[in-house]
Amino acid sequence: MSELTATEEVAPVSPPPARRVLLEVDHVTLAFGGVVALDDVTFDLYEGEILGLIGPNGAGKTTCFNVMSGVYKPTSGEVRFKGERVSGRKPHHISRMGISRTFQNIRLFPEMTALENVMVGTDSRHKTSVPGALFRIYRQRPKPEELPQVTAEGGLPRLWQQTRRSFASVFGISRHTLEERAAEQKALDLLRFVGIADRANDVARNLPYGYQRRLEIARALGTEPALICLDEPAAGFNPAEKEELLKLIKRIRDIGHTVLLIEHDMRLVMNVTDRIVVLEFGRKIADGTPQEVSRDPRVIAAYLGEPTDAA
Amino acid sequence: MTLQLQELNQRRRNAMDAMRQRWRGLPKWQRYLGVTAAIVFLYYLPWLGYFPGGEPPSDPMFGLEIPPFTYIRTDIVPGGNNWSGVLFTCAIYVLVALGLNVVIGLAGLLDLGYIGFFAIGAYSVALFGSVNSPVVRMIQREFGLSQDWAVAWAACIPIALVFCLISGVILGWPTLRLRGDYLAIVTLGFGEIIRITARNMDTITRGPQGISAIPGPEGPPSPDNVIFTFSDLKPWYWLALTVCLIMVFAVRRLENSRVGRSWLAIREDEDAAAVMGVPAFKFKLWAFAIGAALGGASGFLFASRYSFIDPSQFNVFISILFVAMVVIGGSGNMAGVALGAVLLVYLPERFREFTDYRFLGFGLAMVLIMILRPQGLIPSRRRARELADRAQEAPTNV
Repeated sequence: MSELTATEEVAPVSPPPARRVLLEVDHVTLAFGGVVALDDVTFDLYEGEILGLIGPNGAGKTTCFNVMSGVYKPTSGEVRFKGERVSGRKPHHISRMGISRTFQNIRLFPEMTALENVMVGTDSRHKTSVPGALFRIYRQRPKPEELPQVTAEGGLPRLWQQTRRSFASVFGISRHTLEERAAEQKALDLLRFVGIADRANDVARNLPYGYQRRLEIARALGTEPALICLDEPAAGFNPAEKEELLKLIKRIRDIGHTVLLIEHDMRLVMNVTDRIVVLEFGRKIADGTPQEVSRDPRVIAAYLGEPTDAA
Repeated sequence: MTLQLQELNQRRRNAMDAMRQRWRGLPKWQRYLGVTAAIVFLYYLPWLGYFPGGEPPSDPMFGLEIPPFTYIRTDIVPGGNNWSGVLFTCAIYVLVALGLNVVIGLAGLLDLGYIGFFAIGAYSVALFGSVNSPVVRMIQREFGLSQDWAVAWAACIPIALVFCLISGVILGWPTLRLRGDYLAIVTLGFGEIIRITARNMDTITRGPQGISAIPGPEGPPSPDNVIFTFSDLKPWYWLALTVCLIMVFAVRRLENSRVGRSWLAIREDEDAAAVMGVPAFKFKLWAFAIGAALGGASGFLFASRYSFIDPSQFNVFISILFVAMVVIGGSGNMAGVALGAVLLVYLPERFREFTDYRFLGFGLAMVLIMILRPQGLIPSRRRARELADRAQEAPTNV
């Protein structure tokens, strides 16, 4: 977005009015040949809530995610986001509409630094393409704080800085430069937000596991999503890390993003979500607040009743 | 033995890192000064080993040589080629390597048919600039122009650019949906298609006879030309070098922008990049088009300099050579690929006594590089780190 400035906080979405439907999964069926991965699944997601999507292994949770983020096209039914159809659109288009996600098996850009990873996300709201980056002809009038500062004591350096400043105020600053600055600032803010800014310049591949998980979240937040889908973000975390993640998810909601959460850890799901949808064998078997769901006999039979799963 | 090698390699890497650190630590103006000095040196290169103007045979100052440097020149060996000519060839190959680096090193698209774009660049100046080309003859007949009319050299530049961009897009549009090996095979085919088309379309390209009298910056080749002549190749080298430097500047701008990041993201994980909002197809197409334009520029200079081209100069072996330059030099790093290009052109010229073993040496060098330095001679820093990590992981899997 062009009006982004270097000082803007990580709060792109305005606080939501209560209970407005953000995403509708409307009778979605997805079949791979004879295997029905999703069978007539219907649920709504309201703006500003944290929705948990749970179910035993192979219940179709990730498939459901993939349908929402455009990786798969449903066989029948459709997914609507803010009333617009999502199914069948290109993934980058869906990202621009305001849906972002993380991956169950981490899929960062391993050779890029943490900062660059997040900048790829923030870039999705920018417009500079090859001509803009090459020739930098498209220029914008800078705000006073964006102009080059004159700091040198005197002599040639000062003259040079003054020349640059007056050049920038007469001819403006190229959109490329402004966007680049905004992206970097935003990416740094996001890294701070998820708590990994101390290793911003390390290559993603060399980050510890917990950092990589959080970097994925930061990258997804970089695209300024209205809805962020987290696919098992706590996989492989120890209890202390899970505790931190829980707080992070709540903070993500508090700055105005709606969260859809796939998770196996029932304690985490029960603590953080506002509502839960339970899938089993591709079908929705329950839908409601954590308390309601945990009392539902079908859910208990399918999922909670098995002590091995309730780790 | 291997341990010692690793130890050595580690020490070398530490030394390189330290040098990089020191370079970064310098004040900006000193770095600019360093770069300027390097550029001046590049322009001085044709006189290497002599004081400017004092080159042998034309020499008032002959004898004033700077001994160690004269041994680098290719014209001191028996039957050696003109040094400026070799430098010119180096420069146009560097240009190719820069373009291919965008495609392979940054966007991660393996393109084995790069010679196709080189040929299109060469043929666009030949077909429109030479009085001997059937296309020019046809235009002369259609519009009743004189026998020596042809499109001016400078006007051929935009024509070549447009042709290359279009051909890049035409090749990319259907094929960029493919990935990895499949894309490599399709592009390999493309390179051959261009060559075979040029050979068989007699009425347009004069087929295997080739096209002569291709113009240079001063117009068609003639004894009246003062600067860009056949005898003194220094201006040709300077021209190619200037184009190279401009392109380095341009590619650097792209690399450090939203575009460059998108290319890297696509190279690393295309699906994840798409989900993060990178229009992957669009940027892959751009990478292809830019690569095509650079390859075309190189072919353009090649055709202008030799003033004669025929289809046999654009065979598939040269395509492989292009890829080898990028891989040996260090894909993803402009300095690396430039070094790779210079070495692959220069070494066979300088050590002519081993000409017969050229391909043997070439193959051996490739194998050794793949074993000892899979990331290339001057690797891109990020890629180097990745491969080092993999090397450490490897023993646990064995």
